[in-house]
Amino acid sequence: MTRELTCIGCPMGCALTVEVENNEAVSVTGNTCKIGENYARTEISAPVRAVTTTALTAEGIPVPVKTVGSVPKDKIFEVVAHIKRTTVTLPVKVGDIILDNAADTGVAVAATASMDN
Amino acid sequence: MREFELVIIGGGPAGMAAAIAAKKQGIDDLVIFERGDRLGGILNQCIHNGFGLHTFKEELTGPEYAERYAQQVYDLGIPYELGTMVLDITPDKQITVVSRQRGAETVRARAVILAMGCRERPRGALGIAGFRPQGVYTAGTAQKLVNCEGVVPGKEVVILGSGDIGLIMARRMTLEGAKVRAVVELMPYSSGLKRNIVQCLDDYGIPLMLSHTVIDIKGKEKLEGVWVAAVDEHNAPIEGTEEYFPCDTLLLSCGLIPENELSRSAGIELSPLTSGPSVDESLETTVEGVFACGNVLHVHDLVDFVSEESVRAGENAAEYIKGKPSSPGTPVAVKPGNGVRYTVPSRLYPESVTDCVHIRFRVTAPVKGAAIVVSCGGKELARKRGRIFVPSEMIEVILKKEQLAGLSGDIEVRTEEAAK
Ligand SMILES: Cc1cc2nc3c(=O)[nH]c(=O)nc-3n(C[C@H](O)[C@H](O)[C@H](O)COP(=O)(O)OP(=O)(O)OC[C@H]3O[C@@H](n4cnc5c(N)ncnc54)[C@H](O)[C@@H]3O)c2cc1C
Ligand code: SF4
Repeated sequence: MTRELTCIGCPMGCALTVEVENNEAVSVTGNTCKIGENYARTEISAPVRAVTTTALTAEGIPVPVKTVGSVPKDKIFEVVAHIKRTTVTLPVKVGDIILDNAADTGVAVAATASMDN
Repeated sequence: MREFELVIIGGGPAGMAAAIAAKKQGIDDLVIFERGDRLGGILNQCIHNGFGLHTFKEELTGPEYAERYAQQVYDLGIPYELGTMVLDITPDKQITVVSRQRGAETVRARAVILAMGCRERPRGALGIAGFRPQGVYTAGTAQKLVNCEGVVPGKEVVILGSGDIGLIMARRMTLEGAKVRAVVELMPYSSGLKRNIVQCLDDYGIPLMLSHTVIDIKGKEKLEGVWVAAVDEHNAPIEGTEEYFPCDTLLLSCGLIPENELSRSAGIELSPLTSGPSVDESLETTVEGVFACGNVLHVHDLVDFVSEESVRAGENAAEYIKGKPSSPGTPVAVKPGNGVRYTVPSRLYPESVTDCVHIRFRVTAPVKGAAIVVSCGGKELARKRGRIFVPSEMIEVILKKEQLAGLSGDIEVRTEEAAK
């Protein structure tokens, strides 16, 4: 079976053609770099995404955060819910970990901006 | 009256990169005026990732990208004044600013870099008849509300316009618990990046309705819903295709326009094609010593290109301050030809090019299997092939100084269908 994908690795958005057998990519064409090939392989077997959202301080001030690495696509909403249950205390620095293990994915969540109180 | 060698207006990625570059070229008497309460510009509200792949070889979020440049501004000791709004520039570079600390003040500058960014097309420009109920926002305003103020404007959302900010907000509102019913796009193609269609719409099952538009709005005080219809090739609604979507929020993502009120007051010539200043290869405007970079010049989709362009503006402003004669000789016009919407620069001085010149442009509509051809008086200067060129991507062609020798006539950039 052939599947057409768009690589989300960078804004080029290469159009990928993937030969799929037993839920695995056996060949990938159309990618400009290695990221595209890796993307196609995981996208076929177990798609993952990096998640960005905001966590709130006790006063309701949003602090931008991201997952440090990717989480399974079907866990995105659980990850966001876990982040929303977490209260951040200012000040924070870029890269400060605000959550070690988001929704049992084993992936941490870090602040993406430095903010004073 | 305070005097500076260089005044930079705007502390977004463009202003910061230009300031850093000028400082590195030995310009110490400089200042950044920023009306906001922090450096970083629009990036502070763009909390999603996808920034900096070219510059830092890693995917950063907007605030992270901004902070890397802000850190260099601090480290280099570049002066910046926040909460400081520039109100007016005169052609002889007197700048009126107002701030809480200093009140209204006029300063003088040897050189100026315009880096005011862009703004969203206001909703009045959309031509939807009827009331203006609560619940209608531009996508960027909604982005700021959600990401910087922690306020989610609604629960059921329709987005008009499939530009990147609209696509990003479709995902953002979904993650914040809203139901995004559809993204409606007038054109037969999206003006956003393909990757954003995949990861912001497809991932969440949000329909993208191409060749559709919002024809009417229901709700007097509060938005209750919108009517959407398909359009024909003349963008006229097709009868019988109307569909009603109940919603409490309509986000408008209908494009960005360079912010050039100030440029006008300085007597700078604006390009009708970009709505930004018309510049030469050194990014100098038609007023000597005034340079422009970033979204104030032409709308960029990649901040990396903003930073790169702004470094050149900063370096050229430094050269100017050090006494390099500006723009010698006669300029050659750079013009968009078939299939090309605009070019930056719109003129260049072959003699003052140091080693190469970057020509940036966009195509008018998607073209498949075409080539980009740069020519002058029948002579081909450069050719760039691509499987597909789309209006959402800025394209760049670099010409070497040698290629510019002995040119006569205008330089034209056009698309050319591949020979079958
Ligand atoms: C709502 C919105 C969302 C965007 N989202 C993305 C995105 O997701 N990804 C992406 O790559 N690009 C995005 N862009 C494009 C983005 O603007 C550029 O990538 C980049 O931020 C442009 O940098 P800039 O410095 O030219 O402009 P800006 O970042 O807009 O910075 C301009 C600065 O100038 C200041 N300023 C303006 N006028 C004055 C004045 N009169 N006096 C003093 N200061 C002034 C402003 O306050 C601002 O800080 C977005 C643009 C907008 C408008
Ligand atoms: S394959 Fe490489 S170049 Fe193409 S979109 Fe993916 S990351 Fe970008």
